[in-house]
Amino acid sequence: MLSLSKHCFFFWTKIGLSATSRTIELPNPLALDGGGELAQARLAYETYGELNDNRSNAILLCHALTGDQYVASTHPVTGKPGWWERMVGPGKPIDTDRFHVICANVIGSCMGSSGPASEAPDGTPYAMRFPVITIRDMVRAQVALLDELGIEKVHAVVGGSMGGMQALSLAANWPERAARVLVIASTSRHSAQNIAFHELGRQAVMADPNWAQGNYYATELQPDNGLAVARMAAHITYLSEEALTEKFGRNLQDRDAKSFGFDADFQVESYLRYQGSGFTQRFDANSYLYITRAMDYFDLAEEHGGKLADAFAGTEARFCLVSFDSDWLYPTSESRHVVRALNAAGAAVSFVELSAPHGHDSFLLDVPALDRVVKGFLG
Amino acid sequence: MRLYTPATNYGLRPDLAVIAKSIETESRVLDIGCGDGALMDVLVENRRCDARGMEIDGACVERCVAQGLSVVQGDANRDLADYPDKGFDYTVLSQTLQTATRPDEMLDQLLRVGRQAFVSFPNFAHWRTRAALMFGGKMPVTRAIPVSWYETPNIHHVTVKDFRELAQEKGAKIEREWFFSSGLPVTAGTNWRAEFAVFQLSR
Repeated sequence: MLSLSKHCFFFWTKIGLSATSRTIELPNPLALDGGGELAQARLAYETYGELNDNRSNAILLCHALTGDQYVASTHPVTGKPGWWERMVGPGKPIDTDRFHVICANVIGSCMGSSGPASEAPDGTPYAMRFPVITIRDMVRAQVALLDELGIEKVHAVVGGSMGGMQALSLAANWPERAARVLVIASTSRHSAQNIAFHELGRQAVMADPNWAQGNYYATELQPDNGLAVARMAAHITYLSEEALTEKFGRNLQDRDAKSFGFDADFQVESYLRYQGSGFTQRFDANSYLYITRAMDYFDLAEEHGGKLADAFAGTEARFCLVSFDSDWLYPTSESRHVVRALNAAGAAVSFVELSAPHGHDSFLLDVPALDRVVKGFLG
Repeated sequence: MRLYTPATNYGLRPDLAVIAKSIETESRVLDIGCGDGALMDVLVENRRCDARGMEIDGACVERCVAQGLSVVQGDANRDLADYPDKGFDYTVLSQTLQTATRPDEMLDQLLRVGRQAFVSFPNFAHWRTRAALMFGGKMPVTRAIPVSWYETPNIHHVTVKDFRELAQEKGAKIEREWFFSSGLPVTAGTNWRAEFAVFQLSR
């Protein structure tokens, strides 16, 4: 397995130098919800499509937990297509012939934006000295990016899963910055179950002796095993039981009979191991800790005096929420909870529960109804 | 329903057409059970209204949103409670009252959420319905009530007379009323002759 520290630093540097991803250093220190501020915060971002003359056709796209800015361009580490190429591009539902799509790597992540793997002022990686951040901090950084780009108001802010949390946070905290808010398979707060799964993942990382309190960047030993287990557990939550059964059933992997041992006898085991190890090649374990923490801390109502409707009081934005019937991570009831608050606030809101078999990951997969809704809502 | 749709009337069903024409321009409207958004579309395009919809059928909601309309997938029996008092100038409930779990409570919600409410429904006392029951001895299946008793969503059939009584009980004032048969207005003997009724109410 590749050494993550070298790898992470390698592409981190590479991105900074090459033209593939633009990186901006925010001019002002970034104030943080946890107190204090992050000086010289960097944001790496990609754009697709031209910004029009009156700067009114921008769409801010917010990525999910392990996503990044490579929405519709080849990932520099994996060489795989962008994570939402089916949705974003010329003539696609988010049409880059019409819209200027901006996607920034969130702070805390590891694809060029400031995170635990970045260099602290003392010249060594922050590791666990990186401040604990929130979803609102991530959004604050992106609002600062919009300021730098001279974009006062985006045509829409769009996000699925954690991206949806960012879209809601932007709508609640910077209501004048987005005309439309599209939230897919997301929630306004992390439930006990959501937190529980994330804690499982974090404990897997931290239980790996190679984690070394987060100080593994200078060594060859990486907490890959822990991070892989975290990813495996998380991956199960992204899929529906139906999808797993449909895809794997009880099929055996490359064998005719059970081994009566602990190899990956079943295809589903093999698949999860593959997902887990693949993930360690492109993601920093400490980033995983920080971002899952930010998601767990997310409770939009709590930020606004305990009443979610108050988060959206007076908003003039149009909202659209989409859930999937097979998503048990952020089920329809969570979207309804947001819709209820938006209705109480008198906001213009659309909501639809789409039928798709894939579970939470449906927002990334082939669901033609989602394409139509996205296209129609963006206008 | 297409049978009764004259080409004028914005291409709407007669009950929706009178509602569309009676709603003041640039008002705020909540269309409950908005279906494929035909009325909302006219209200937005021709009447410059801020129209919102609620619809239980996901496929209909998807079509509405794809058209750019603001529609929430929801169950009016439950979800109307989420809307603030008098948040809308008008609420519209077209041919849905008879499917409500509690039509009386739904009427309360309509008048709470909207300053004015439009309610349209098929009149169960129409002579065809009466004749079907009287002479056929079976639950009527007519062009206004086209679905058999065992699969109809209409669980609370209502007549013009019943509705007037309910409105009175609820302290609702009937501002205007319209009646139709075969898509044409009916003015006299409405409880016998109207296939469909539309009421505009306030409280």
